[in-house]
Amino acid sequence: MYSHNGDTFFVVDGHLHFWDASPANWVSGQEQYAKGWIECFHAYMGLGPEETHWPLEKFQKYSEDDFVKDVFEDGYVDVGIFQSTYLKEWYRDGFNTLEKNSQLVEKYPDRLIANGRWDPREGEAGLKQLEEDAKRYNLQGVKLYTAEWYQGSRGWSLKEPESQRFLEKCQALGIKNIHVHKGPTIWPLDKDAFDVSDVDYVATNFPELNFIVEHVGLPRIEDFCFMATQEPNVYAGLAVVIGGLMHARPRFFAKVMGELLFWVGEDKMLWASDYAIWEPRWQVEGFVDWTSPEDVEFSDYPRLTTDGKKKILGLNAAKLYGIDVPDEFQIPDEAGEPAAREDAQLVDSA
Amino acid sequence: MNTRARVLEALSEVHDPELDEPITSLGFVTSCEVSPSGDVEILLRLPTPQCAPNFAYLMAADARNVVRRLPDVGRIEVRLEDHYTGKEINAAIARGEGFAAAFPGETDDDQLDALRELFQRKALVARQARLCEALLADGATPVQVTALRVADLPDDGDARRCLELRGQLGIGCDPNAPAFVAPNGEPLAADELTLWLRKARLVRTSLEVNGSICRSLLQIRSRRGAELEEVGT
Repeated sequence: MYSHNGDTFFVVDGHLHFWDASPANWVSGQEQYAKGWIECFHAYMGLGPEETHWPLEKFQKYSEDDFVKDVFEDGYVDVGIFQSTYLKEWYRDGFNTLEKNSQLVEKYPDRLIANGRWDPREGEAGLKQLEEDAKRYNLQGVKLYTAEWYQGSRGWSLKEPESQRFLEKCQALGIKNIHVHKGPTIWPLDKDAFDVSDVDYVATNFPELNFIVEHVGLPRIEDFCFMATQEPNVYAGLAVVIGGLMHARPRFFAKVMGELLFWVGEDKMLWASDYAIWEPRWQVEGFVDWTSPEDVEFSDYPRLTTDGKKKILGLNAAKLYGIDVPDEFQIPDEAGEPAAREDAQLVDSA
Repeated sequence: MNTRARVLEALSEVHDPELDEPITSLGFVTSCEVSPSGDVEILLRLPTPQCAPNFAYLMAADARNVVRRLPDVGRIEVRLEDHYTGKEINAAIARGEGFAAAFPGETDDDQLDALRELFQRKALVARQARLCEALLADGATPVQVTALRVADLPDDGDARRCLELRGQLGIGCDPNAPAFVAPNGEPLAADELTLWLRKARLVRTSLEVNGSICRSLLQIRSRRGAELEEVGT
């Protein structure tokens, strides 16, 4: 919960990690990749305010106490959602697995939600595992990593027939929030891993599922926006947008927010800190304080009001995850439509 | 102009395919040495050791190709520094081979060409957006803007780059051709201009944001590199 100038915000952090990327967890022979991955993340931390930077050693493996302090005590987060990321090809016990994240969920059951994962390349065994995970952890969502390595394969697409079976299984199991990583990545070598056309395809075929595109397809935000405009069940996950741009590149941040507000709309944008890449505190405080610059360059972007910020910081995610929000944080319900919906049919000619 | 200056000038023609900015102004060229006998050694450093290998390869290969066209140049060595696939890419470049040869069985060159073309089209949209916005800000109407011919374009960097990209994409750019075109080469109609510009501005923003993130990460990388050197580790 965050209070500022008489306004109160219910804060849901849509993208959290509790990872172990310390050398003890590196897979023998794959050290360069395990090391490269976490050092790349660490460089991204450098885009936040200097006083929030951590030394690499702490960044590789932080404690439960760090997590609780940074997220709950200092970070204003009421409910956090773990996006489990396995990467077992490089990290022996995984980077941050559902099992590990769930240990924290058990301790803070009202404050944390852990999402699972699946990979269509695991076939029947994967479907069985998903079913077990769903029952054991009461899954409401999954995080999918289409660029992940698996036994020599350099990635996969949601369009593949096998993916349809997993999505059908999700629907049957009541897993309705499908988070898809479309953002900065290292692999695969031979695919454009930012290509969001596969999300477009499944969003149409599975209208009852919600597809949250993590990192809004950066650095291909235009492809994401054109797609999201046409798909009512596609959401923008703002991890990296706020953490990576708001402090380091404020004018670009304002442009990206303006474009997202125009094409996607404030009802379909979800804030996320991407902790531990960035701490939540400065992001929440900065975002609540943020206003778009006044110059003419920004004049025809939709304006973001305090109510809009309340939605983005927590109310939108609370709806997707059925989180009870006390009345004092609610805003009067109103039908919000993205400004560009009527332009959707013209997008294909871009 | 000495050989080194000519080499640097040639390198300024090499663009990051994803950002559509010269690798020289992005700060990716960390060293350029020419020996008395004309041998050239170029070092490239990208914003992170994990920058996409496909784009990394294209920049290194393009750098070698533009320098090879210069007279009085001997042996050319282009090397990516501190990149996780640098060894493979450097070896392929040294042999004059394609991307697929750097990573046998992992990719093929057709996909790389398609990716490059996709980004050339994005770059063309973004550059045209900048030109168009400037014209409209100066008071031109959509009808006037879409009636312009190539010969009417200003003599500036964006316009020159547009024509270069059109040439590479096989879109006609003789003086009488339309000044502004859709990515498929079709002329833009006046009544489409506002919506086209709305979309084009997003493409432009996307490219510019990516460029800014890359610059920030490169700064962080240089700063950390300097700190490590200072403490002698």
